[in-house]
Amino acid sequence: MFEAILLSRLQFGFVISFHILFPAFTIGLANWLAFLEALWLRTRKDYVRDLYFFWLKIFAVSFGVGVVSGIVMSFQFGTNWAGFSTAAGNVVGPLLNYEVLTAFFMEATFLGVMLFGWERVSHRTHFFATCMVALGTLISTFWIMSANSWMQTPAGYEIKAGVFYPLDWWAVVFNPSFLYRLPHMVLAAFLTTAFVIGGISALYLLQGRFEDKAWLGFKSALAFVAIVAPLQILVGDATGLQVRENQPAKLAAIEARWETQSRVPLTLFAWPDEAAERNDYALDVPQLGSLILTHSFDGTVKGLKDFAPADRPPVAIPFFAFRIMVGLGFAMLALAWWGLVKWKRGTLASRWYLRAWLWMMPSGFIALLTGWFVAEVGRQPWVVYGVLRTAEATSTNVPASSVLASLIVYVVVYLLVFGFVTWYLLQMLRIGPVRAPQRRAIRTAARPLSLGDEEL
Amino acid sequence: MTAEHVLPVVWYLIIGFAVLMYVLLDGFVLGIGILTPFADDDAQRDHMMNTAAPIWDGNETWLVMGGAGLMAAFPRAYSIVLSALYLPMLAMLIALIFRGIAFEFRFKARRSRWVWGVAFNVGSTIATFMQGLILGAVVEGMPLQGGKYVHEAAFAWFSPFSMLTGVALVFGYALLGATWLILKTDGRLQRIAFDLTRPLMLGVIAFMLLVSSWLPFLDPRLMTRWFTWPSFLYLSPVPVLATLNAALLWRAVLRNEELQPFMLSLCFFVLGFLGLVSGIWPNIVPPTLTIWQAASPPSSQGFVLVGALFMIPAVLAYTAYSYRVFRGKVAADSGYHH
Repeated sequence: MFEAILLSRLQFGFVISFHILFPAFTIGLANWLAFLEALWLRTRKDYVRDLYFFWLKIFAVSFGVGVVSGIVMSFQFGTNWAGFSTAAGNVVGPLLNYEVLTAFFMEATFLGVMLFGWERVSHRTHFFATCMVALGTLISTFWIMSANSWMQTPAGYEIKAGVFYPLDWWAVVFNPSFLYRLPHMVLAAFLTTAFVIGGISALYLLQGRFEDKAWLGFKSALAFVAIVAPLQILVGDATGLQVRENQPAKLAAIEARWETQSRVPLTLFAWPDEAAERNDYALDVPQLGSLILTHSFDGTVKGLKDFAPADRPPVAIPFFAFRIMVGLGFAMLALAWWGLVKWKRGTLASRWYLRAWLWMMPSGFIALLTGWFVAEVGRQPWVVYGVLRTAEATSTNVPASSVLASLIVYVVVYLLVFGFVTWYLLQMLRIGPVRAPQRRAIRTAARPLSLGDEEL
Repeated sequence: MTAEHVLPVVWYLIIGFAVLMYVLLDGFVLGIGILTPFADDDAQRDHMMNTAAPIWDGNETWLVMGGAGLMAAFPRAYSIVLSALYLPMLAMLIALIFRGIAFEFRFKARRSRWVWGVAFNVGSTIATFMQGLILGAVVEGMPLQGGKYVHEAAFAWFSPFSMLTGVALVFGYALLGATWLILKTDGRLQRIAFDLTRPLMLGVIAFMLLVSSWLPFLDPRLMTRWFTWPSFLYLSPVPVLATLNAALLWRAVLRNEELQPFMLSLCFFVLGFLGLVSGIWPNIVPPTLTIWQAASPPSSQGFVLVGALFMIPAVLAYTAYSYRVFRGKVAADSGYHH
């Protein structure tokens, strides 16, 4: 029979992987909406407003799913990870509470104004609401990345009788990995959204529909990716240096390095054999590993054999997930920079290039998920790296049968929800950015001297 | 008076406030969901949902605030209660998922529209019942041994009392929902809400009496608290005010008042909440775990308190702003965002 801990881990991995897709998408989308509304306020072009309302509808559905699957997360720490909450609640709880106080309320409240307030508030106020929602998504990212980074690189605490006590909140919040991982996540979310916007715009261009709107979306996405994709590669590289310093076992797993060596090769592909502690079918580039991981040709990288087998993370998942993530990152860069060349030559509308964007539409989501697999599986066997083991973090009084039941329920319900979300999003895509509602003249009756479309 | 002594009391008040805000605000939204079967047709059901569509998300956030606040300020209580009530928590969360996405999906759907109508109704009802059950199970008490909940059984929360509080809350939220609809709608739908209010009130009063008379028998210490001098003196206003409140609410409905029934229903809940909390104080997990034993250290509670003191007024201010933006009757044809 399955053990409760394995089931709890599967459940957490499943519900958080499902959840992260939606906030990651809506972080970027909220900022895209703020950009579009600002553009509309400046230009007052109808097609910009129509595009705003199109993406607003997609935002509403995605945000809704993000909210309801997020509530599950905030209770999961208590239901399945009581050991973690008891031990680390003193530190992680306040960070999550700050997220609720500074971000969740703001997002939720101004979302209402954003979705339903078009006819009730002035255009300026409406724009303010959009900006508040966008700001809320970023503040939320700040806190959740701080909490997660603290679990990766704990700092500013002491342990008494197996319980973490915060000593220095500045050190807790701005723990060693936080300022690397925060921009990495924010840029990942932005890229994820940019590829959806670019992909959907490419689809309309291929279909010859909504051309003015589609070009606006497509060119914005292309220009954005061309700047942000290289930036993300630089941030990712800095994150890697930080991992080498703070989580050497994770880095060894990512690179499938067994022996501690200098002048390590870069393993492009291999089949890591954890039992035999070696790589099969390895395709190595000499010295490149040291250059990338340490920024010097003879830098030393720790191998997994330096760690007791009980302290090693699984190797295959971080190893492969990392390669998928990095591969996609460079594919994004190539696609965008090639696009710049085509833009300059005036051949951006070529069908194969638009189709490439269509194919790359899910690339952000895949890179994001694989990136999280690297971060979280690479942290094992710890829940708080080097201090608290995952095995000590579960709820001891929840029977495995209950966890099995909840796991099955979550899988069934989330697949159902995912199916419906996909279905409704496809329907919205089919309809496309049609004419948005004009502001009704409902207020003017009470004020006969005011103009029909005057701002209130 | 040290920080160790004062901060847990402050946090007890803050979390109590968050839970109360949740019960009041999401209470009426869940109440609308419970009452959808009483609507004549789908147009009325749309109308009911539209009265809450712009604000339900903010209302539900108070639940997250309660959960995250509990984890930050009383991590031991958070881990004991949530893991002990594993299955009711699961049921509540799943029900809230269906209730929440119904808001978004119902207005996008065509053929599957009825599915989301049912999801809204069933989701709201189950979420409410589970919340009542969880409340009942906590009030009834979770005996601890060596700092851990003694029962390992998956169904230890099942008891006549927790079932009673579950059903009681369904009636309570439905009353909030009906009086909200009186406030926000007119015509036929408002009439339906008026007609529902009095039977619901009778139900709520009956359940309040049942729960109140059961409470002292759960734990002898509760008996002493309610029926000895001088605590009797402090507590006696609660039942007196509740009786007065019931009478005023009855009269307001008879007179077809629009705002008063909702406000008085909210007061009713506040009184009921005070009654329950005063019964378990100073425990956070009855019968024995006190707020001081469950508290996180002053460094944790103090850190979040700074944020809470600034942010809770701000949250209340923009919540009030959003209710002001969406004030007044909601027209029957006011569409969802499209």
